[in-house]
Amino acid sequence: MRPIHRLKTLFALVVSLVTTSSAAANVIHTEKSLYRNILIYEEGGQRCMSFSRREQSTRQTCKSLSDPDEFVFTYTKMMMGALYLNPDPHRVLIIGLGGGVLPTALAAIYPDAAIDIVEIDPAVVRVAKQFFGFNPSAKIRVIEEDGRVFAKRAGQADGRYDLIMLDAFDHQYIPEHLLTQEFLLEIKKLLTTDGVLAANTFSTSQLYDHESTTYQSVFGDFYNLRVQWKNRIILAKLGGLPAREALETHAAALESKLQALGFGRDWLLPLFSTKPDWKADARVLTDQYSPSNLLNTPVF
Amino acid sequence: MQRFLIFLIAGWSGFFVMAIELLSGRILAPDFGNSIYVWGGVITVFMLALSVGYLLGGRWSLRDPSLRRLALLLVISAAATIPVILLGDAVLAAVFDRIDDPRYGSLLAATLLFFAPTVIAGMVSPYAVRLLVRDSRTSGHFAGLLYFFSTFGSAAGTILTSFYLVLYFEINQILTGLIGVSLALGLLATVIGHRENAPDPSS
Repeated sequence: MRPIHRLKTLFALVVSLVTTSSAAANVIHTEKSLYRNILIYEEGGQRCMSFSRREQSTRQTCKSLSDPDEFVFTYTKMMMGALYLNPDPHRVLIIGLGGGVLPTALAAIYPDAAIDIVEIDPAVVRVAKQFFGFNPSAKIRVIEEDGRVFAKRAGQADGRYDLIMLDAFDHQYIPEHLLTQEFLLEIKKLLTTDGVLAANTFSTSQLYDHESTTYQSVFGDFYNLRVQWKNRIILAKLGGLPAREALETHAAALESKLQALGFGRDWLLPLFSTKPDWKADARVLTDQYSPSNLLNTPVF
Repeated sequence: MQRFLIFLIAGWSGFFVMAIELLSGRILAPDFGNSIYVWGGVITVFMLALSVGYLLGGRWSLRDPSLRRLALLLVISAAATIPVILLGDAVLAAVFDRIDDPRYGSLLAATLLFFAPTVIAGMVSPYAVRLLVRDSRTSGHFAGLLYFFSTFGSAAGTILTSFYLVLYFEINQILTGLIGVSLALGLLATVIGHRENAPDPSS
């Protein structure tokens, strides 16, 4: 990094510190769990969960107080793009609960779908219920366990899911064993023959390249959804990606359901890209080589 | 030269143990996760193994202590780590199949893979004290020096492994490197111990 860049970085850091601390956020709950600090606060008509002492920096989940059904985050909207690949999932697996936004929306669209959620931190489950209206029905099962351990056990029992969503990462710490080729192979084993995988991944560091080659090594070509410099969503399907027309048909059928969440196909469909924009020779992450947190230092 | 080598062995042994301990968390994670209790299990096994090693190392130093025998400890500890590379996956899979609770699964797997090499590595420090101390007046001084080198080595092994080695190498490559250094150092100490032909420097 050149010195001038360092100065810029430092300056940006100072600015963000000052603006963060001056922003009037109303903290309504803090909790130290086994894994992290959980902070719930309200600000600008939203209630948010953060895994950091500093609000905003690492918002996990936000919910609009006036319109609780609407999705606040771009990444959750993009995750729902998985439904364009398979509009009728019967069994869903979600790894990483957060505030429970994704399972709540899926359960509303598909009341008959069986949804399994794996969350390592019991405190997150408690907080999602208490502060984010996560109210699991009889069809929703919450398993408090490490995602990797669950995937391995489920694979042995021949579990099968039409849709798997990976959302177990925050920007401060990545569970490195959930980012390797071996883990993705275990996940792949859990999918039905035309099952769909949606993964929330990193895009502001060189980890972007490594994750891209790792997912490609397991699932082949995938849809790459990216908005600016924020999250990147990977959408993959066993048996190959559907044609554009199929996506459009499914998108039309789902339009009213997704509009209820505050977005639609006019915004979502154009994001579907199959063009690789990563370094193709980036080293694949494996159980033997997985320094994800070290690779996640931001590129300036 | 001999004294320098003894400190070097103690320092390297500390490096070796901590590097292996950090990697063991990585090795267990695919089967048992990365939860706090997996680290709890790992640290328990290493501490327990070291405590037993200290006991045995002290005992063994009572009879004919020599640099060559110290070198032998280093070599055996390295050799006992080879199964982690060769049989690691098989052992982890077997434990995973038999034990559902990841707490006891990780505890048992860590015991099977890392207990033996860590016991032997733990024997190094008290054995080295025996080789260094000439009389009781300087015993504290030498024990202090030894603790310094051993724990400094542990710190170096911790930071180098977690900050840099995992960024450039695969786990098995790092393990192979650690074993290689131990064997080389053991060989060097054996040769020097043989040449100087001084089984007990205090005599």
